[in-house]
Amino acid sequence: MPKLIKHFSHLVLPVSVMTLLIIINLIKGADYFRITMVNGAFYGNIPNILFGASELVILSIGMTLVTAASRGQDISIGVSATITSAVFVQYVLQAGEVTLLTIVVGFLLSCVIGLLLGAFNGTLVSVFKVQPMVASLILFTGGRSIAFMIDGKLSPILANDISNQIGTVIPGVPIQTPIILTVVFIALVAVLFKTTNLRLYVETVGINPNAARLNGINPKKIIFLTFLIMGICTAVAGFIAVNKAGRHDSVNLLKLIMMDAILAVAIGGNSLIGGKFSITGAIIGAYTIEMLNRTLLRLEIEPATIKVFKAVFIIILMVLSSPVVRVFMKKALDRFRSWRLSISQPKENALSTTNIAEKKEE
Amino acid sequence: MLSETILEMKDISKSFPGVKALDSVDFKLRKGEIHALMGENGAGKSTLIKVITGVYGKDAGLITLQGESIHFKAPEEAQNKGIGTVYQEIMLCPNLTVAENMFIGRSHSLVVNWKQMNEKAAQLLDSLGIPASPVQELTSCSLAVQQMIAIARAVDMDCKILILDEPTSSLDEDEVHKLFKLMRELKARGVGIIFITHFLEQVFEISDRITVLRNGKLVGEYETTSLSQIELISKMLGNVLEDITKIQKHEPIVSDTSIPVFEGIGLSSAAGVRPFNFVIQRGEVNGFAGLLGSGRSESARAIFAADKVTGGEVRMKGKSVKIKTPLHAIKQGIGYLPEDRKGDGIIDDLSVRDNIILTLQVMKGFFKPFSLKQAETFAEEYIKKLNIKTPTPDTPIKSLSGGNQQKVILARWLLTNPEFLILDEPTRGIDVGTKVEIQKLVIKLANNGMSLTFISSEIDEMIRTCSRLIVMKDREIVGELKGTELTETEVMNVIAQGGKNPCLN
Repeated sequence: MPKLIKHFSHLVLPVSVMTLLIIINLIKGADYFRITMVNGAFYGNIPNILFGASELVILSIGMTLVTAASRGQDISIGVSATITSAVFVQYVLQAGEVTLLTIVVGFLLSCVIGLLLGAFNGTLVSVFKVQPMVASLILFTGGRSIAFMIDGKLSPILANDISNQIGTVIPGVPIQTPIILTVVFIALVAVLFKTTNLRLYVETVGINPNAARLNGINPKKIIFLTFLIMGICTAVAGFIAVNKAGRHDSVNLLKLIMMDAILAVAIGGNSLIGGKFSITGAIIGAYTIEMLNRTLLRLEIEPATIKVFKAVFIIILMVLSSPVVRVFMKKALDRFRSWRLSISQPKENALSTTNIAEKKEE
Repeated sequence: MLSETILEMKDISKSFPGVKALDSVDFKLRKGEIHALMGENGAGKSTLIKVITGVYGKDAGLITLQGESIHFKAPEEAQNKGIGTVYQEIMLCPNLTVAENMFIGRSHSLVVNWKQMNEKAAQLLDSLGIPASPVQELTSCSLAVQQMIAIARAVDMDCKILILDEPTSSLDEDEVHKLFKLMRELKARGVGIIFITHFLEQVFEISDRITVLRNGKLVGEYETTSLSQIELISKMLGNVLEDITKIQKHEPIVSDTSIPVFEGIGLSSAAGVRPFNFVIQRGEVNGFAGLLGSGRSESARAIFAADKVTGGEVRMKGKSVKIKTPLHAIKQGIGYLPEDRKGDGIIDDLSVRDNIILTLQVMKGFFKPFSLKQAETFAEEYIKKLNIKTPTPDTPIKSLSGGNQQKVILARWLLTNPEFLILDEPTRGIDVGTKVEIQKLVIKLANNGMSLTFISSEIDEMIRTCSRLIVMKDREIVGELKGTELTETEVMNVIAQGGKNPCLN
C-alpha cells in the first residue's frame, strides 16, 4: 500500500482539488450527481463536465508531451485547431452529399494539416532552437486569418445529420459522442505508450538532452515527434469543437484554450520546464478545470466576474502546491508525528532508535 | 605558531531516519591551521560541515566557537559569526563583474557606491594576491580565479573559519597551486581552514592536520607529517587497502597478424583535437594520459563521435564502418562513459532502473519496449553485480551518492555488452573504495575479452590498470608508453618533453 501511494503521489493535487470541488457542489445542492435521461442519452452535471472538457483533455495530452520534451509550451494549439477544422468544414461543404466516408476523409485531411502545422512548430523548435512559446507565437498571431481565408466567409454552417450526431449524440447510444471520442483517443494514447518507448525517450530528452544524445537518442527527432503528436491532438480537438458548434467561427473557436491546457498540465503535477511527466495528471487537471468553470456557474456567480474567482482559485492552488509550502507542510507533519510519538510511547521510541543504531553497527 | 583553538565540537551526533550519520564525533580546529577532513562518501564529512554551518541542527553534542557555546539555526547566523563556506560548484553570477560578485547582497543600503566598491575589491584582491581586476566580468576569469574570488567573498567579512568543500575538483595542477598559495596566505592571517578533497596528494601538500571519519564515526585526528599516504588510505577504508596492491594487470596477447577490435585513422572532431590514429586489440586496456585540457577527453569523444566528427576512417575488426553519431558507435559495440557524470551521464529524475536499461533499450528500438518485469530483472542483476547501494531500483538516481551514480552508468554500458568500452574519468569525485572496485572491474572485463580505454587524472590508477598509455599534450599525441616504461616519472618526462621530439611529429 505505501508503494501504491508513492506511485500516485503526483496525483494528490489534482484529485484533492477535484474532491474539494465536489464537496462545494454537494453543499450547494445534494443533486449534484443526479443523472437524467433525455431522448435516450444521459444528462446531468457529470456528463456535462465530461462533454465540455473533451477538447481540453485532448489538447492537454499534447501539451504535456511538448512541455516534457521541449521544456516549453505551444501556445498556438487553439489556432491550429481552428485551421484544421476549417479545412475539414470546407471539404465537407464541397462534397455534394455528406456520407460517413466524407466525414472520415475530411477528418483525415484535417489530421494531415495538423501534422503539417505541428511539423512547422517542431522544425522551428528542434532544428532552429527557437523557444517553443516564441515559435508558436507565429501561428498564434497569424493562424486565425489563415482559417478565415480558408472559410472564405464568416462562420460557414455545418448542417448535416452526421456532424450533428458527432457533436451531440448518436440515437441509441446513451453517452454523448464527444465523450466517447475522448475516451477512444485516451485509449489510443495509452496503447502508444504501451507499445513504444515514448515515455522513456521524452523524459530522457527533457531531463538531459546531452546524455540522451550520448546514449543514442536524437533529441531533435523526439522534440519534433512531440510536436507532430500535438498536431494530431489539435486536429482531433478541432474536429470535436466544430461538430459541437455546428458552424466554423474562425474568430472564437477554442479561443485562448492554450491557457487552460497549460494550467491542466500544471495542475496535473507536471513541471513546466520539462522532464518527468504524467498524462493521467494532465487529464484529471483538464476535467478539474471544466468542473471549476461549471461550479462557478452553479454558484450563480455573475458571468462577468467569474474569471476573477477562477483566478483567485488558481492562485491558491498554485501556492499550495509550490515547493515552499510542500516543504513547510512536510516539516510540520514530521514535528507533529514526533510530538505525538513522544507523548504516547516515550520508552518504546527510545528503544527503537537504539535498535537502529545497533543494527547499523552490525 | 600558537595553537589556539577556535572551533571545538564534542560528541556531535546526528541521525536521519534509519541512518546514524554522525556518532559522537569530536572535531577541533586551531587558529591558522589547514585541517583536512577525510573519509569516503557517506563517512559523514558533509553532515559535519552542515552541522557547523547551521544547515542541519545537531541531535546531541556541544559546539564552542572561541570559547562561546553556539547553536546555529540558519546558515546566515554562521556566516555572521565568521564562518565562510565555499562549495565545489562555484556559486557566483558569471555575468557580473568581479567586484559585484564579491559584494553584492552584502550591503543593506539601496544605493551602491560603485567607485568605493571597486576600490575595496581591488584592495582585497591585491592583498590576497588574486590576479583579477574588479571591473572585469567573472566569465573572463579562469576557473581557479573564480574559485579564489568565491573565497575572497567568503573571507571578506572578518572570517575566522573558512570551509572549502572540494574546491580543487575542477582545477588543473597549475590552478591548484595558485589556490594553495591563497590558502597559505589566509593561514598566515590566522584563519582556520577546513579542507575537504578526494585528492590525497593535495592533502599531504597543504594540510597541517587530518581528521578521518568512517561510517559516521571518528577514526582519529593526526598530524599530517606523522602519516603516510598508505596509512591514511587504510584509516579511511578500514581493510580494503590490500585490494589495491592485489590488482594484476591484464596483458593481451598481441601478434602481428591479429586484427584490432577498433582502428581509427586520422580521427578529428569539432572539439579541436589534431587528427590522430588509435588502435586497440581484443582484451587490451590502454589509456590517454595527459594534463587537463591536453585533449585526452576530446580524443575519447572523437572515437565515440560524441562531438561532431570532422574526419577520419574507422575500422572495426578490419571492416570499414561509418561512425558519425553516438548511435552508430553504440551499434558497432562501442560504449562511452562520459567525463561529466552530471551533465552527460545521469538522467537525474529517472529511476536507477530506467538509467540502467536506457542504452540497451535504445539499441533494441523505439517500438520494442522492455516489459517492466524484464527491466526489473536487468536492473536487479546489475545492482547486485556492481554492488550498487540504492534503496530500490525505483529510486531516482539523483538521490544516490556519486560513486553509486557512476556504477549505474557503468551498469548501463555493461548491459549493452560492448566490445570496446571507453571510460573517461570513471573515478573522478568518488570515494576510494569505489575507485578500487572500478579498477578491479576494468581488469576483470579485459580478462573476459573486452577492450577498454581508461582515462584518469590520477596517473597511478592508469599505470595500475593500463598495459599501454598514449600520452597527450596540447591536443596531440606526443608519445606512447608500454611495459617497463610505464612509470609515473616516465609519463611526466614525455609530457614535459612532448612536442619537441622530432620523430613523433
